[in-house]
Amino acid sequence: MIDIDKTNAEAVERMMEARPVLVGMGKARDVIPGMRDNLLLHAGPPITWERASGPLRGAIIGALLFEGLASTEEEAVALMERGEIDLEPCHHHNAVGPMAGVTSPSMTVYIVENKTHGNRAYSNMNEGYGKVLRYGAYSEDVLARLRWMEEVMAPMVSAAIERSGGIDIKAMIAEALHMGDEGHNRNKAGSILFLKALAPHLAAVASDSDQLTEVLQFIGDNALSVLNPVMAACKAMADAAHGVEGSTLVTVMARNGTDFGIRVSGLGDRWFTAPAEIPKGLYFPGFTAEDANPDIGDSTITETAGIGGYAMAAAPAIVTFVSGTPQDALNATLEMYEITVAEHKYFTIPYLDFRGTPTGTDIRKVVETGITPRVNTGIAHKEAGVGQIGAGLVRPPMAIFEAALVAFAETYGF
Amino acid sequence: MSHVQTDIRQGAYYDSVVLMQLQRALLDEPGVLDAGVVMGTDANKDILAQNGLLTDEARAANPEDLVIAIRAETEAAAHAALARVDDLLQRRQAQTHAIYRPRSLEGALRQRPDAEWVLISVPGRYAASVAREALRLDRHVFLYSDNVPLEEEIALKRDAAAKGLLVMGPDCGTAIVNGVGLGFANKVRRGPIGMVAVSGTGLQEVSTRIHHLGSGITHAFGTGSRDLRADVGALTTVQALDILARDPATRVIVLVSKPPDPAIVDEVLQAARATNKPTVVNFIGYEPPREQDGTLFFARTLAETAERAVRLVESTPAVAEPPDTSGFATKQRFLRGLYSGGTLAYEALLLLRDYLPAVYSNAPLDPAYALDDPTTTRDHTVLDLGADEFTVGRLHPMIDNDLRLRFLAREAADPTVAVILLDVVLGYGAHPNPAADLAPAIEQARATAAAEGRRLEIGVVVVGTEDDPQNSAEQMAQFEQAGARLFPTNADAVRWAGALVQRLALHHTIRPVDVARLEKPFAAINVGIETFYQSMEAQGVPVVWVDWRPPAGGNERLMSILERMKRKA
Repeated sequence: MIDIDKTNAEAVERMMEARPVLVGMGKARDVIPGMRDNLLLHAGPPITWERASGPLRGAIIGALLFEGLASTEEEAVALMERGEIDLEPCHHHNAVGPMAGVTSPSMTVYIVENKTHGNRAYSNMNEGYGKVLRYGAYSEDVLARLRWMEEVMAPMVSAAIERSGGIDIKAMIAEALHMGDEGHNRNKAGSILFLKALAPHLAAVASDSDQLTEVLQFIGDNALSVLNPVMAACKAMADAAHGVEGSTLVTVMARNGTDFGIRVSGLGDRWFTAPAEIPKGLYFPGFTAEDANPDIGDSTITETAGIGGYAMAAAPAIVTFVSGTPQDALNATLEMYEITVAEHKYFTIPYLDFRGTPTGTDIRKVVETGITPRVNTGIAHKEAGVGQIGAGLVRPPMAIFEAALVAFAETYGF
Repeated sequence: MSHVQTDIRQGAYYDSVVLMQLQRALLDEPGVLDAGVVMGTDANKDILAQNGLLTDEARAANPEDLVIAIRAETEAAAHAALARVDDLLQRRQAQTHAIYRPRSLEGALRQRPDAEWVLISVPGRYAASVAREALRLDRHVFLYSDNVPLEEEIALKRDAAAKGLLVMGPDCGTAIVNGVGLGFANKVRRGPIGMVAVSGTGLQEVSTRIHHLGSGITHAFGTGSRDLRADVGALTTVQALDILARDPATRVIVLVSKPPDPAIVDEVLQAARATNKPTVVNFIGYEPPREQDGTLFFARTLAETAERAVRLVESTPAVAEPPDTSGFATKQRFLRGLYSGGTLAYEALLLLRDYLPAVYSNAPLDPAYALDDPTTTRDHTVLDLGADEFTVGRLHPMIDNDLRLRFLAREAADPTVAVILLDVVLGYGAHPNPAADLAPAIEQARATAAAEGRRLEIGVVVVGTEDDPQNSAEQMAQFEQAGARLFPTNADAVRWAGALVQRLALHHTIRPVDVARLEKPFAAINVGIETFYQSMEAQGVPVVWVDWRPPAGGNERLMSILERMKRKA
């Protein structure tokens, strides 16, 4: 019989020893395995156009407009309804995307390589706050920004990364955790560190100082700039832990706005899904929980890798999203220790005397204790085109962990 | 009709979360219909505009400016709300003292890794799995819960005994460990009396009576109401008696219970006798064959039990603790006496009756234990090598060491042997320097055994004076240096060896509980009722109270899967 504690120790060791480095950028169609011209990647477990929520539909429409595959919203909807465009999860292609996570063939993506185990992961560029594609907005200003990012920003950042020789995202996460970030909802420090790492190289590769100013401004103004490389780094770490025979470790947590899905290291490519819940949180002026879409995005890859909601004690400011106190932030992390198998060797929390973050969610522990993972997240409007309306906390449904446990028991004969 | 009022604060930076909180707080102010609290960026102005909150003032704000816009039923209400902004911004959450309560035993032990005890009082159907988890995590268990299935109880106790852990219970109401009362326990002075009690209130009455009589308690172990059933087999009672036997602070033992199952009375009494400490037995309602049986004293009432124990403390000198049994291999369990003196061998046989059921010999007390061939040994054996059958055509072993050296080498090589006893008789006419032959052989024998992973004890009694030609002090020094254990009298050596092999037999069936671990400052994890948590706090004991819920939400199927996963192959 399999010694699950041992297999989990092996899986989490791989997760912690992975060393993700941002090595470059490229067009999705050129670099993401299996990418093709009629394919759109999306966040979360597999979903059809029919079941897609408002923000995911909005992002799909926006991506089709951006690609020039449709010239109007109606055309885009018709394309989808006729089934001419395939939808597949980012996670089926070693990729992750925040919120709707829609990634189309012409979009430039970050390439993160795990230098320890050699696997790669990908994520698109972050558009900033407000009306953005990832929240399902697809108005002309959204598309214009995407085009600017492709035409001006991507080539410059790509050249800067190349010139830098690679940016160690793992070290950057570790540092940001000591600066008040938890790596999911709060990436203020990490984004500044990212800008600091890029800036001299951007200056060196830029040929036009106005464009340089725009790019520096854009990255600097966006406290989420580093989120996407961080997510790709977390994906590279989580993938390193996937596929360990007999391991009950969660290696994917992701939502598509309709369902929340997980994958388990020892259960191959199976998804376990259930309806996603509405986050609890604070809303922008004029919005309430009534307007909120169910939980969406691949950004739960951060919690999967031991940061985000799991590292809440490192970022007490985040807890105020649900009217919490610093003690609640501490308790959030303490609670996650109960469902994880390790304390991270490299990601540590000063306030907990530099104890490692809770890392490696064990489905057995989740089911046994009744504690589900804590996720920090943005909140999207349920209608396509509106965008972000708040931020808060959410947990995945217990049913997916129970289903995974039953499947594990069947697979391994327990 | 509503009124919009705006307050612009230049150069005031606040974290967006603080702003969102302020906005929500403003919505709770009287008469406020909507509020927007944002930094004056273009994107934020768009949001204000969408909600009809963008006044001309707000439109003119810079990105570094804080914009507070309020739509209220009346202008006065809007102003009143704006006047509250500073208070609201400065309002701090009251410092909560809500300390994290872990949900699992494992989480609790992360908070208090020094907690050696887990107190369990959850409903019976869940109690066994919590206790199993505690044992898995190498912790002793106080199991208050009742309605634990009998087969679970037996499995738990066997598991605990194999791991050197105690499971007091199920249905254990009270105990005192290291001065700390568990469950329903009284504040009883510490002292030289150790208790084992199947009966909870019996334990309480006897321990408080001992306190009133001016004495006190080392530990008082509860065993749970079913421990003395034949199918449970007194496992916890035997473990507890073993602890008290080895506990240096315990001089007198008290055993209180309803009458044991007749099938195991003898076994329980034998375990009590094996402590070699005066033991007051009160099997409530049991008719003892006599009032005293060796070190066992039978009492009829709880009061008499306490009084007897206290009197025994006064009349009992300090008792030597049984020898430590660590380091012996599992096959090692026998004693071999290789005597040169016939009377010493005879005394050994007599004394060993208190410890061992059967000792073979070439000159046995009971003919049933006569060796067929006196040159062989089996099980526990004491040989008189000075007997006629060994001295035919050969010098007496007091003069010639040759025979003993050969026997010593043979017995030492036997993997079932744990201890060898030797007498060395000095004086005129005896060998001029027996240690010169025997000590190197002892050293060699012990080294060979150690190389094979065995601990071999060799007990030596030297009969002689320092004025003897061989000088007893010099002889003893040589033996000591060779690693032998020296005793002033034959009786001391025999009692030590007897107690050692007796305890070894027990420790081959149950792993001994580490007595030193019980002496560590008490800390506990409480899983279950609040009273026990409060009782720990009241006694100043560090305790973590698990926020326990039925595992897997009480889902039987998932619980059984989790249980199976925990059972490793």
